[in-house]
Amino acid sequence: MLEVQGLVKRFGGFTAVNNVSFRVDRGEILGLIGPNGSGKSTIFNMLSGTQAPTSGSIVFAGAEIGGLAPHRIINGGIGRTFQIPRPFRRLTIFENVSLAGFYGQGRHSRAKAEQAAERALAMVGLPTDRHAAVDGLGAAGLKKLELAKALATGPRLLLADESLGGLDEAEMDQAADMLRKIRDDLGITIIWVEHIMGVLMRVVDRVMVLDHGEKISEGSPSAVAGDPRVIEVYLGTDAETTQAAAAEARRRVGG
Amino acid sequence: MTSQGRLAAWGIGLAALVALPFVYRDPYHLHILVLILIWSFAYTSWSMMGRFGLVSLGHGGFMGVGAYVTALLWNHLGLTPWIGIPIGMAAAGLLALLVGYPCFRFRITGHYFVLVTLALSGIVLQVITATRDYTGGSLGYTPNRAATNRLLALQFDDKTTWYLIALAVWLAGLAIWHWVDRSMSRQALEAISEDEDAAAAAGVDVTAEKLKITLISALMTALAGAVYCQYQMFVTPDTVSGISVSLQMVFAAIVGGLYVSLGPTVGAVITILLAETLRIGFGTRAVGWDNLVYGVLLVLFIIFLPKGILGSVLERLKPQRKASPSP
Repeated sequence: MLEVQGLVKRFGGFTAVNNVSFRVDRGEILGLIGPNGSGKSTIFNMLSGTQAPTSGSIVFAGAEIGGLAPHRIINGGIGRTFQIPRPFRRLTIFENVSLAGFYGQGRHSRAKAEQAAERALAMVGLPTDRHAAVDGLGAAGLKKLELAKALATGPRLLLADESLGGLDEAEMDQAADMLRKIRDDLGITIIWVEHIMGVLMRVVDRVMVLDHGEKISEGSPSAVAGDPRVIEVYLGTDAETTQAAAAEARRRVGG
Repeated sequence: MTSQGRLAAWGIGLAALVALPFVYRDPYHLHILVLILIWSFAYTSWSMMGRFGLVSLGHGGFMGVGAYVTALLWNHLGLTPWIGIPIGMAAAGLLALLVGYPCFRFRITGHYFVLVTLALSGIVLQVITATRDYTGGSLGYTPNRAATNRLLALQFDDKTTWYLIALAVWLAGLAIWHWVDRSMSRQALEAISEDEDAAAAAGVDVTAEKLKITLISALMTALAGAVYCQYQMFVTPDTVSGISVSLQMVFAAIVGGLYVSLGPTVGAVITILLAETLRIGFGTRAVGWDNLVYGVLLVLFIIFLPKGILGSVLERLKPQRKASPSP
C-alpha cells in the first residue's frame, strides 16, 4: 500500500532523515518509534506533504506522492493527525470535522461531508451536537477531535502522530484500542508514531525504530523490544531503567 | 427572535429603505446616505478578506483601478460604463491574482502580507499620478458628461436614482457576505486563518481558497470605486486609491465590527458622519483631522473593542437570545 525508498530530508547541513526505506501493507498497523529528534515527525511530514523530501520516493497506492501539496495527498487517501492537537477554535467541533469531510473528500456535497463528520465523531466517541465549542474539550477530547478530523477525510492510510502524549493510563489504553478498532472496523491501514512504547507494542503488528534519522531496527514488537540496539538507543544505557522498561515492554506484548 | 420574525424585520427595513427617497427629499441628506451606502459596500468588500485575517492595505488600489479604468474607457473610447465597469473589475481582479498568488503560494502572511499590499496601494497611486496626461494626475479626473442617453452613460442628476443604485449595490454586498458566510469556504478560511498546515491536513487547498476570497473582495472593491466615480463625476487619486483610502477601509471595518455582516456599514456611518461633522464644523481648518481622529480611534478600538461596535453589541445581546426558547 505504501512503499518508501531511500527517503532523505536535509535542513541545511543537518540530515533529519537519512536513507530510510520501508513498506506498509494493507490492513497493517505499523509502529514508528524513536527518541526525540530521531526523524519520526519529519517522515510524517513528508508522507503527508507538509515537507517535501530532499530525495527518495514515496509511492502510495501505485502513485508517487513525494513532494505533492498536502491537500492533494489528503484527497488521495492519506489522513494525518498532529502530535499536538491543532483544532480550529473559531469553528465548532462539528464544523472542524465536517470541514475535513468536505475538503478531504473531493468537495462533493455538504450533506456527504456532514455524514462523514457524524460517522467520524461517533467513531471516536465525541458528541455529534452541531453547536458544541472546541473550548469545552480537555486533552483527551482534543486528541479525539484530531483523530475525527483525520478520519473524516476518508483515509485508506492513517498517519497517527504521537496520539497518546498527555493522557493518563486509562485514556492511553482507550486510545490504543481506538486505533485498533479503526483498523478492524474501517479497514484503515495505520502508521502510528508514539513515544510511549508499552501501549504501542500491544497494538501494532510491526515496529520500526529510528535513531538520528536512520532505521536501526524493524520487526515484530517482541523481537524489537529484545533488540539490544533498540534497548541501547531508545531506552538509554542506564542498566536498571533499561531492564525495567524492557520487562514492561515484554509484559505488554505478552512475550 | 424567530427566523420568521427576523425575515419580517428585514422585509420591513428594506421596504422603508426603498421608500425613503420618495418621502424624504432633502438632497444633502440623501447625498450623505448615498455616500454611506457606497462606502459601506466598499468596507464590506474589504471585510470579506479582513475577517479571515487577510489584512490588506491594497484595496485602495483595487478601488482606484475600478474607478479610473471605467472613466478612462468612457472618455477615451466612448465605452459605456455598463461594459467599462466589468472591465475595470476584471482588471482589479487580475491585479489581485497577480499580487495574491505569489503571496499565498509562498506563504507570505501576517505583517509581510500587509506590507506587500501596502506597496500595491502605493503603486496604483503612483501610476495614476504619473500618467497624468491621461488621468489628470493628482488634479483628479472627470468622466465626460453625456449629452444624450444618460442611462447608457450611467450618469444621473437626481439623488433618488443614485440612492436606489447605491442601495442595490449595498444589498448585493450583504448578499455576497451571507453567501460566503454560509459556504464551506467560510469554514475553510477560518481554519486557514488559525493554522494553515492543519487546514491543509484537512484537505483544504489553502492557496486556492485564499485566492478565491481575494478575487471576490477585489472585484467588489473595484465596483465600489466605479460606482463612486459615476456618482461623484469626479475622482482624484487620493479619494479612491492610495494608502489613505486603504487605511480608511481598515478603520471603518474595525470600528464597525468586521466579523458581522452589518459591521462595515456601521463603520461607514461613523466615518462619514465624522468627516462631515468636521468639515461643516471646522471647514478648511479641519482638513486631514478626520485621518488623525481615525488613527487615534483605531488604536483605541484594537485595544479595547477588537470586535468593533456592532460586534460587541451583538455579543452582549447573545446570552439573552440563547435564553429565549428557539424553534
